Amino acid sequence: MTARVGVVTFPGSLDDGDAMRAIRLAGAEAVPLWHAEAKLHQVDAVVLPGGFSYGDYLRCGAIARFAPVMGLIVSAARDGMPVLGICNGFQILCEAHLLPGALVRNEHLHFRNRDQLLRVDSPETAWTNAYTDGQEILLPVKNGEGRYVADPRTLDELSASGRIVARYLRGNPNGSLRDIAAIRNEAGTVVGIMPHPEHAVEELTGPSTDGLGFFTSLLKYLTGVPS
Amino acid sequence: MARVVVDVMLKPEILDPAGQAVVNALPRLGVSDVASVRIGKRIEIEFAGDSEPDVERAKEIADKLLANPVIEDFTVRVEE
Repeated sequence: MTARVGVVTFPGSLDDGDAMRAIRLAGAEAVPLWHAEAKLHQVDAVVLPGGFSYGDYLRCGAIARFAPVMGLIVSAARDGMPVLGICNGFQILCEAHLLPGALVRNEHLHFRNRDQLLRVDSPETAWTNAYTDGQEILLPVKNGEGRYVADPRTLDELSASGRIVARYLRGNPNGSLRDIAAIRNEAGTVVGIMPHPEHAVEELTGPSTDGLGFFTSLLKYLTGVPS
Repeated sequence: MARVVVDVMLKPEILDPAGQAVVNALPRLGVSDVASVRIGKRIEIEFAGDSEPDVERAKEIADKLLANPVIEDFTVRVEE
């Protein structure tokens, strides 16, 4: 059966369309989820897309965390449902305490929009098993508040337990601590990433097709999960 | 109607690049003796009805939504 992958649209989401397209290109069914509707429509996994949910008012992701659909996503994620948060989605995962730390204003205050080289350092997650350990990938990065911060103990713990999924290579675009571009939960089912894999899935529009692996990884992961 | 005021500040150890940008702009005003500026948020809450301001509930609101305890500290006070 075709896997069903939900993509949440919040007011102010921008990349929900690209995320749905990436899911379809990987071979799954993309299921639109509406922020105000407390329904998951029997999805097997969820992508929280990039954008400026609720205008980024208060803090990025702070209000989205309390959206009716998020309550269901948080409890399903705690029960093992894979969730990928991209950019604003990563901020929401941190605000919802599914991932530790927070994302704050870029160190240099500039919005950064460029193609960014990353190194995949945790290829055992539900979203990165298509990559090899240490593989370098090129994805667009575009954020103004993408600087990952956490206290030193949390950073040490993430590092020691292999939960830093990807690091920035050849220049850190936002001052992110320890060059962190992506992290995961202990189970490897919840991943937050600042750069945009969904914008790098086709030669025509992306700097590479390196991002498609996030979505094919999920399908591979789901085939191994008893339903 | 009494107000509850919540002040939210980035924790001291969290870099505040916006505050630094202000410090860097001050010499243009002829001000050269400012060592540090940090920018926070002031949030004013008014509860419905005439009852006394509920500081405890304001604290809960601040803790759950207005501030992110990972990166921010907050104080809650009643404004007379």
